[in-house]
Amino acid sequence: MKNNLVAFVVGLIFAIGLGISGMTQPQKVVGFLDVFGDWDPTLVFVMGGAVVVHFFTYRLITKRSSPLFAKEWKIPTKTELTPSLIAGAFLFGVGWGLGGYCPGPALTSIPSLDIAPLLFVGFMLLGMFIFKKVDQILKIKK
Amino acid sequence: MQADWINALIGGAVIAVSVSIMLWGSGRVTGISGIVGGLLDPIPGDRSWRVSFLIGMVLGGLGLSLFYPQMYQGALDTPRWTQALAGLLVGFGTMMGSGCTSGHGVCGLSRLSPRSLVATLTFITSGVMAVAFFRAMGVFS
Repeated sequence: MKNNLVAFVVGLIFAIGLGISGMTQPQKVVGFLDVFGDWDPTLVFVMGGAVVVHFFTYRLITKRSSPLFAKEWKIPTKTELTPSLIAGAFLFGVGWGLGGYCPGPALTSIPSLDIAPLLFVGFMLLGMFIFKKVDQILKIKK
Repeated sequence: MQADWINALIGGAVIAVSVSIMLWGSGRVTGISGIVGGLLDPIPGDRSWRVSFLIGMVLGGLGLSLFYPQMYQGALDTPRWTQALAGLLVGFGTMMGSGCTSGHGVCGLSRLSPRSLVATLTFITSGVMAVAFFRAMGVFS
């Protein structure tokens, strides 16, 4: 129950951060990726600001022996660079540039009821489903 | 109105606060594609926190838009199929690559994960290539 409340609050604050940052405006995202055209570097400050702050909070928080409402940390530990990591990230980036949305901003834009984020989220779920089905057969991720 | 880069910086810091709360409270990384994708796996007892997160995210967007409607500006003037294809690529790619801008770009880079660094450099590079390509193809006006 407490973890549900944590997740709800985190979702709420994350969405507000995205909205303030400009990440929910596809033209800004495309402008950020338009390095060879009319480049708008503004969104560098979103990831930059987030990473600088979380670099410190991550170290502070993980000094605890465990999280507040869970028995143990659930932090990814893999270090291996796999072909699926790179190929997957590549495909994700193509979709990000084409649509101007990554998953968080698209979900945050659902209340706008614009067709673009709704279409994007629907097909994103389909893409996730397709990968999971393909991976069950081909074991791409091992 | 504040300069855009200040908004970007403040937004980024707010995002950092939110992922820090997730880590502190539940010990988890806030990877949005992973949170959504996990709903497609039939693991009992692992769904409610994911749904709670998504409800929070949608309500956060709705709430902020009442005070700051500009957050939903800047729609692309592109045909509808581009949004469908983009969603498909993002869904497939984030599952294959185990993360998106939040999981790799924010959480992973903050803990200096080599996988996340490679993933982030890859998706920014392919994003730049995609914009250049689709612009040359006349998809972006």
